[in-house]
Amino acid sequence: LIAKRILVVDDEPQIRKFLRISLTAQGYDVVEAPRGEDGIAKCVASQPNLVILDLGLPDLDGQQVIGRIRESSDVPIIVLSVRTKDEEKVSALDSGANDYVTKPFSIEELLARVRAALRAKLEFTSAAAQFVVGELVVDVPKHKVSVSGADVKLTRKEFDLLRMLAQNAGRIVTHRQILREVWGPAHEDDVHYLRIYIGHLRQKLGDDSANPKFIESEPGVGYRLILDAA
Amino acid sequence: MAVMTEHEDRPTPEALLVEANRERHGKLKIFLGAYPGVGKTYAMLEAAQAHLAEGVDVVVGVVETHGRVETEALLRGLEIIPRQQISYRGRYFGETDVDAILRRKPKIALIDELAHTNIPGCRREKRYQDAEDLLAAGIDVYATLNIQHIESLNDVVARISRIQVRETLPDKVLALASEIELIDLPPDDLIQRLRQGKVYMPDQAGRAITHFFSKGNLTALRELAMRIAAEQVDAQMVNYMRAHAIPGPWPAQDRLLVCLNESPVAKRLVRTARRMAERQRIPWIALYVRTPNYESLAETAKDSIAEAMRLAERLEGEVVTIHAEARIADEILAFALKRNVTRLLVGRQRPRRWTGWLRETVAQRLLHQATQFELTIVSPEDEDARKDVIHGGFKADLGKWNAYALAAAGVGLAAALAYAVSFVLPLPNISLIFMTAVILIAIYFGRGPSILASVLSFFAYNIFFTQPYYNFSGFRRDDLLTIFFFLLVSVIVGNLAARLKLQIQAMRVSAQRTANLYEFSRKIAAAAALEDVLWAAVHHVASTLQSASLVLLPQKDGKLRIAAGYPPEDQLALKDWGAAEWAWDHGSPAGWKSETLPAADWLFLPMRTRRGMVGLVGVCFKERQRALAPDQWRLLEALVDQVAVAVERTNLAADIEEARLLTETEQLRSALLSSVSHDLRTPLVSILGSATTLATLDNLTDAGRAELVTTILDESERLNRFVQNLLDMTRLGYGALQPRREWCDLRENAGRAMKQFSKALERREVIFEIPPTLPLVHVDPVLLERVLVNILDNAIKYTAEGGRIAVQAFKRDSDLILRISDNGVGIPPEARNAVFDIFYRVRAKDSQVAGTGLGLSICRGIIEAHGGRIVAKVGPKNKGTTIEVVLALTEAPSVPHGEADEQLNEEVGVG
Repeated sequence: LIAKRILVVDDEPQIRKFLRISLTAQGYDVVEAPRGEDGIAKCVASQPNLVILDLGLPDLDGQQVIGRIRESSDVPIIVLSVRTKDEEKVSALDSGANDYVTKPFSIEELLARVRAALRAKLEFTSAAAQFVVGELVVDVPKHKVSVSGADVKLTRKEFDLLRMLAQNAGRIVTHRQILREVWGPAHEDDVHYLRIYIGHLRQKLGDDSANPKFIESEPGVGYRLILDAA
Repeated sequence: MAVMTEHEDRPTPEALLVEANRERHGKLKIFLGAYPGVGKTYAMLEAAQAHLAEGVDVVVGVVETHGRVETEALLRGLEIIPRQQISYRGRYFGETDVDAILRRKPKIALIDELAHTNIPGCRREKRYQDAEDLLAAGIDVYATLNIQHIESLNDVVARISRIQVRETLPDKVLALASEIELIDLPPDDLIQRLRQGKVYMPDQAGRAITHFFSKGNLTALRELAMRIAAEQVDAQMVNYMRAHAIPGPWPAQDRLLVCLNESPVAKRLVRTARRMAERQRIPWIALYVRTPNYESLAETAKDSIAEAMRLAERLEGEVVTIHAEARIADEILAFALKRNVTRLLVGRQRPRRWTGWLRETVAQRLLHQATQFELTIVSPEDEDARKDVIHGGFKADLGKWNAYALAAAGVGLAAALAYAVSFVLPLPNISLIFMTAVILIAIYFGRGPSILASVLSFFAYNIFFTQPYYNFSGFRRDDLLTIFFFLLVSVIVGNLAARLKLQIQAMRVSAQRTANLYEFSRKIAAAAALEDVLWAAVHHVASTLQSASLVLLPQKDGKLRIAAGYPPEDQLALKDWGAAEWAWDHGSPAGWKSETLPAADWLFLPMRTRRGMVGLVGVCFKERQRALAPDQWRLLEALVDQVAVAVERTNLAADIEEARLLTETEQLRSALLSSVSHDLRTPLVSILGSATTLATLDNLTDAGRAELVTTILDESERLNRFVQNLLDMTRLGYGALQPRREWCDLRENAGRAMKQFSKALERREVIFEIPPTLPLVHVDPVLLERVLVNILDNAIKYTAEGGRIAVQAFKRDSDLILRISDNGVGIPPEARNAVFDIFYRVRAKDSQVAGTGLGLSICRGIIEAHGGRIVAKVGPKNKGTTIEVVLALTEAPSVPHGEADEQLNEEVGVG
């Protein structure tokens, strides 16, 4: 098995060091870049399977780096951001990043994101395509959903919503992305639609918003279907 | 100073006497200081030491060293006459032993603090009298003195320093001194010495002293001392020169007074005065004596006075207007005497054509009376100028042809009435009817028409009522008497009436101004916003001066803009802008009829306050031919001052707010520092300690290792929360906190917040009551979570393990109530408000629970930014604490349930 290669773009040597040690320990091959320009160059040169990108780089704006990488590659990108800049990570996600981790973070959290990002996006093209996470089973072609073997009846919108989360299981999906895909571009800003449908969906799946086992909310950003549940 | 002028004016034998007395007397040398601490005593002792070295017999009568080491060192070698101990009210005081010094008979005696008042029981009441005794005995005295003790300066010093000095000595003591040495110390140096504790200060003075030693005070006092010393030197020189018959001129404080009148040469007079004063380097005053006549002057004459006065002001003369009924010359002389004027400058007036042989001109009168002054009379340069000096009053009266016609008609009416009455009344009383008519005409139309009326009345009376009737009978002696009385009455009443009319007019104007002023102050008192104040101001100026008015204020970039105008105006011609900008740049009036850009239509005056220029007031008169009369000019300046004060008041309100914020920021900063030093360091200590233990000690048990790692993790999280709070606080502080509201599920947010404390909550009983059916709230979810985290953090912090923590939310009316309660230590009732203040923390008995006092303050900031409120209450069952958050619920927008949605619902359900 060839080790997956991860490019870490961060100007802080301490953070790079700690990421190198922990990721290498997990069997990943780590390439480091201290600057944005560097990162873009190495992204082309070393063809990583994943990029971990700090949004606060000294030379380039994080958005620019994402844009430049996306010109030539659709490698998964996880951004590191500070909490005070919520809007920054949302726009990073909207401009092509796949997930984010808020600094300071624990290594388990990062590793979970890395695993999720490295998993290929599930495409339910084949008739047998089924998505299983813990007790939740989503059968896309059959439009069937069950929790612990019991069928759950969903409306079309609820199902579309769940399917989108399931395709990106473990990865964050922004409000905007969901709204655009499920309700159409005209409803990009109608977060309350989403809130209400998520409420319905949780109720039908027997999920508790106070302590979710399936659908996790990232306030102000989006939703994530919990991959490591159970 | 006043004392000095006596000597200066004329040489007297007294000068000789003073000088002669000095020969016999001892000599007094005063070491004069502007304020305490300049080193007078030190200088005096130095001089004494120098004399001692030369073998002169010097003794110390009395010297106060105030324990200063350097000063005490200078006493070494000097013979000190012991002070006499005098008992007063049971205590002993050491006073100068004059008798001992007299017995000792040294060449020089040192007497410190000349203004000192002796304790009752001494031979003299004041120490300077002791010194006088010594001087009389032929002993030279070296003494020290501060200027605030000099009688004539006492008030001035008190005004400057706000300290009334009780110990004073008469000015003549200064005159006694044959030598005065000014001990000078620049204020900065003194302040420096003060800081170093080198200046003796009586303890009781306290704050007054602090004020006394402000730099401004010190500078003023220093100047005063220098002037006194300089004048003294002059006076001594004068005395000396007089005594030794050295011919003058003696330097003296001359003053030049220029008396202005309404002639067009007034300006020339001013310039001449300035030249003379300049040449002789003396101060000068321009004086205008205003009589009731002023009102009847031609406007050109008023203008020329106004211009002359302003010219005098510009040429840096002192400008004075005094009001007088008559006897201008007397007023001038009285003023001149009062102000120590030595030279007078007046313009020559033409004698009046008709009354010239009766009345002296002012110049003539001054020539006769002002014998003690040097009088200069300036003639008008050419005849052209003289033509305009026609007295305006008569011309103005002549213009009123209507009044004369009405006067004639009035007499006619009187004649008719008299004719009617003549059948009833005896003839002599008929004249009273005419008299009445004359009086009425005098009252209503003034002197001229009333004189005409008296003449006409005389003729009418003569023709119609005396024999032969309907025929003028020629003058008889009693007729002459009649016409004389008629004329007398008309002149007297006419004058009275004219004066009354003027007074009434003046009163009307002043009443109008008072009303305007009242209106203005009422308006600006009510107006809080600058706009309202400005509007009231322009309206006030416009209605008071009958002009258009503007207020111009500087913008942030320093450029002027029209802030308000009455009538509203938003642009100015180029020349007017030029004038405005010049006025602003130079801080002096510009524009119409001023020195600068007089061709402009508008006149701009700077609004000044103590803190500098705040803007400009502009006025524009419809009638722009004439310059402003001095009283109008003064009125305008007063108005500008009022507006300036009003504008400043508004500015100040803003500044006070700013200052308050600044103070709060300062307090915040210091609280932050103490918080950071304590609360940031505590977790760091644990982390560093645990990490170093892990790194260096090999013999740790696995359990110990795990515990240390947990400590590092926990403390890191705590540190993270603290930093997070600091960041939140900063955002709140900058007002940059704009909630990004979304429709939120409170249950979800509460769950997320609680997850952060899962470990701590596991060890406590948790009640979680937020129903899933609770309506969505429109809040910023991230900020709401911060609130929840902070409240929970506190609840956990102040509740021991095993305690109970409840998180509840419910709908009450149209509000959402969120309660987080604990049964921990609780908050004392009096502190329940204060816990939301920044850096407030309820002190536990001994142990200080870690925390920053930021949390609840942030909560309040966030909740208030959402329009909600947060309060602290006592917890359930009167134990612990409940923090209650109230947020308004708004109706969530409904989600459309389209037909397609329903259909697909079916399809999926079937599928």
